[in-house]
Amino acid sequence: MAESTVNNMTIRLAGEAGQGVDTGGAGFAKALANAGLWVFTTSEFMSRIRGGLNFYQIRVADHPLYSHVEPVNLLLAFTEEAVSEYAGTVVPGGGVIYDQGLKVREEMVARNGVQAFPMPLVKIAQEVGGNRIMMNTAALGAAAGVVELPFEFIAEIIQRNFRRKGDAVAEANLKVAEAGYRYAREHYAAGFPWKLQPRKTSRPRLMMTGNQAIGLGALAAGCRFISAYPMTPASSIMEWIAAHGARYKVVVKQTEDEIAAITMAIGAAFMGARAMTATSGGGFSLMVEALGLAGMAEIPVVVVESQRPGPSTGMPTKTEQGDLLFVLHASQGEFPRIVLAPGTIEQCFWTMVRAFNLAEKYQCPVIVLTDNYMAFQARTVLRQDFDYTKVEIDRGALLTKEELEQMEGPYLRYKITESGISPRALPGHPKAVFQACSDEHDEYGHFEDEDAENRVKMQSKRMRKLRTALAEIRPPEVYGPEDPEVTFLTWGTTYGPVREAVDILNSQGVRARMLHFVDIWPFPVDAVLPLLERSGRLVAVENNGTGQFAHLLRAMTGREVDDRILRFDGRPLSPDYILRKFEEARIHA
Amino acid sequence: MLDVKIYNSPVKPTWCPGCGDYGILNAVKAALAQLEILPHEVAIFTGIGCGSKLPDYMTVTAFTTIHGRPIPVATGAKLANPKMHILVVAGDGDTYGIGANHFIQALRRNPDITLIVENNMVYGLTKGQYAPTSQKGMVTSTTPEGAIEVALNPLAMAITGGATFVARGFSGDPKHLAWLIAEAIKHKGFSLVDVLQPCVVYNKVQTYDFYRERVYKLEEEGWDPADRKAAWEKAHEWGDRIPIGIFYRVEGEPTYEDQVPALREGALTTQPVGLDPQAFEALLNEFA
Repeated sequence: MAESTVNNMTIRLAGEAGQGVDTGGAGFAKALANAGLWVFTTSEFMSRIRGGLNFYQIRVADHPLYSHVEPVNLLLAFTEEAVSEYAGTVVPGGGVIYDQGLKVREEMVARNGVQAFPMPLVKIAQEVGGNRIMMNTAALGAAAGVVELPFEFIAEIIQRNFRRKGDAVAEANLKVAEAGYRYAREHYAAGFPWKLQPRKTSRPRLMMTGNQAIGLGALAAGCRFISAYPMTPASSIMEWIAAHGARYKVVVKQTEDEIAAITMAIGAAFMGARAMTATSGGGFSLMVEALGLAGMAEIPVVVVESQRPGPSTGMPTKTEQGDLLFVLHASQGEFPRIVLAPGTIEQCFWTMVRAFNLAEKYQCPVIVLTDNYMAFQARTVLRQDFDYTKVEIDRGALLTKEELEQMEGPYLRYKITESGISPRALPGHPKAVFQACSDEHDEYGHFEDEDAENRVKMQSKRMRKLRTALAEIRPPEVYGPEDPEVTFLTWGTTYGPVREAVDILNSQGVRARMLHFVDIWPFPVDAVLPLLERSGRLVAVENNGTGQFAHLLRAMTGREVDDRILRFDGRPLSPDYILRKFEEARIHA
Repeated sequence: MLDVKIYNSPVKPTWCPGCGDYGILNAVKAALAQLEILPHEVAIFTGIGCGSKLPDYMTVTAFTTIHGRPIPVATGAKLANPKMHILVVAGDGDTYGIGANHFIQALRRNPDITLIVENNMVYGLTKGQYAPTSQKGMVTSTTPEGAIEVALNPLAMAITGGATFVARGFSGDPKHLAWLIAEAIKHKGFSLVDVLQPCVVYNKVQTYDFYRERVYKLEEEGWDPADRKAAWEKAHEWGDRIPIGIFYRVEGEPTYEDQVPALREGALTTQPVGLDPQAFEALLNEFA
């Protein structure tokens, strides 16, 4: 047997919807996290409730992970299709666990040095657990057995996950898992070179998904209102907040459509609640007119746009960064908006905190751009990176009761100021009588949709807010050496894959650097220009087909990228993919 | 009873002379004065159209939104601060056309919002196209051979949809209309006041005279607004006699906001922003 590799592998569970691929995978990932390992999970599922072919993939290591990788070391295949479809992703020496009752030709699996691990999973489930549905539990036990992870970590997670279904169910699953574990360990562990060993951890860790981090960030920021219409991959943001709505006093309203979703949030924000909505590109398309209303009436509203491949219905359960230029330009006319694109779980949390602050400070819509890849990925993170003492709530120029009472003359909601920011008052106070207006208006808010001079004054006032906001827009993160020969320009959710590609290239002697943008609009031109001067070869890396950020960069700086690494097949960028494309480009160059 | 002048605005209406909107404006002011609701205790949400300029001609908290959307904006506002009186004033295009889905959803949600629809059965501001409430056969610039569709019946729809207060007024009788609006505001739950409003420029059929010859008041005929089935049938009476008044009213139904757990401790807008640090740690523990 080859020398074993400890704590560095990828496990993929694959099967039909309804077979517990997702819950089983999440449970297994949690067990690994509890064993003190760093975990990064991704999943891919089909747009259907039952059947199809889904996978849940767990990458595990001794060090923090920011990305998935494509090669699989151990595949748990719950169906024949899962074997035939995914055996090719398994590396030489890797293994495929499947029930021996499946119609699988062993020699089909065992091509390219991949090992077939057929096991009596269904038989174990039936004989030990009394129900064939526990086959996935047997498989998870078997996976732990093959990698020789101490069984206690699996036992703990089974007890935790099945407790609410009663002791009998938990006990049966435990026995099934143990039987699977023993079988796999006896028959296949010796020949399998990847092993997992528990590690002691010094700093507490958490495991959460991108959408959970977004929900958590919203709650931390004092979001009190979310109205949304379910749409993959954004739905779980509303679901997560709904599960906490009663306790944390958040009004959660599922609406009749996305138009109602954003307009209700706008109504709540007008009254003074921190309000948000969450959707994907199709729903955002419906929100576009109301986005302009928030711009014109100067209403602070946070919109999470979790992208998926379009146009139209596109690929509902896949990923893409295809909406950047759309959200930058959505809605008629010109008005200030802020666009932020977090790249990590931690950034999802902190970006939401900032989004609510920026929305209220600049009284404009803030769009948080993520995608399917971010929505569903789960990672182990450090608890200390979610330090609540660092959460600052800044409501901007918001008049207090005392200030309103002392105010002489009428309150001017749209008062013309140097910064463009007109102090806000919340309805309900005797002095706070004003009209928020979607037509062009005067300082009070009265219609003034004819006068040329007023138009220029008010439009200029609004647009000045963007200039003012620029002062707190953050420059891109620079990762990599000072004098790069190649700079990867990227934004949003591609952070992890690009970062890892940069690490690999540097380890191979290529001085590669990453410029990663979270803050996209207003565009931080002054911070970017000097970075471009010493970029070396400038390569845009984006999960879309045209290089939308490269387009923006050229518009804002005049600089054309030298090359583009793009992906628009519905799958996320990965370090492997980036390096493959980079290599191809070098060969062609 | 407050002095209606407190709602006056320095802005002069841009409505056509004789427009039914004047009567609606006066009725809204009179109802608020009668109920002693101060300008900061009420917020009026409007859509787009002639009548949606109404709050511009008042001193009152207001939000003139976009076409078809005042109902969801107002619903969000009500859920954020249930203490405010919320009125939606919108046209028949806003409410029964582009925003019809929001109208239907509001009926079954029963938020404590009063919806006043300026129903002139034509699109005025865009200069005379037919509306969802235009009678079948109405000739307009976009229906030169006459409208093919059957007119939408807002009252029957509201009663069917679960509204707890359904009334119809006539802008030519602002005193009666003010009474209806006051009753609607007093009603706890969603209330619809559909207002027959002549458009003196683009609707040459449903004129002041047309209505004056036909309208009669339900309350003068001993109408019992508690009977939902009878109200639904009454909502179909349209011809030589056109009823105005309260068609249907049921009290005591819980409002939407009354049933939202997050609002048990009062308005969101008066609570501190942010979390208690311990509450945050409890959230983090879910991920540990």
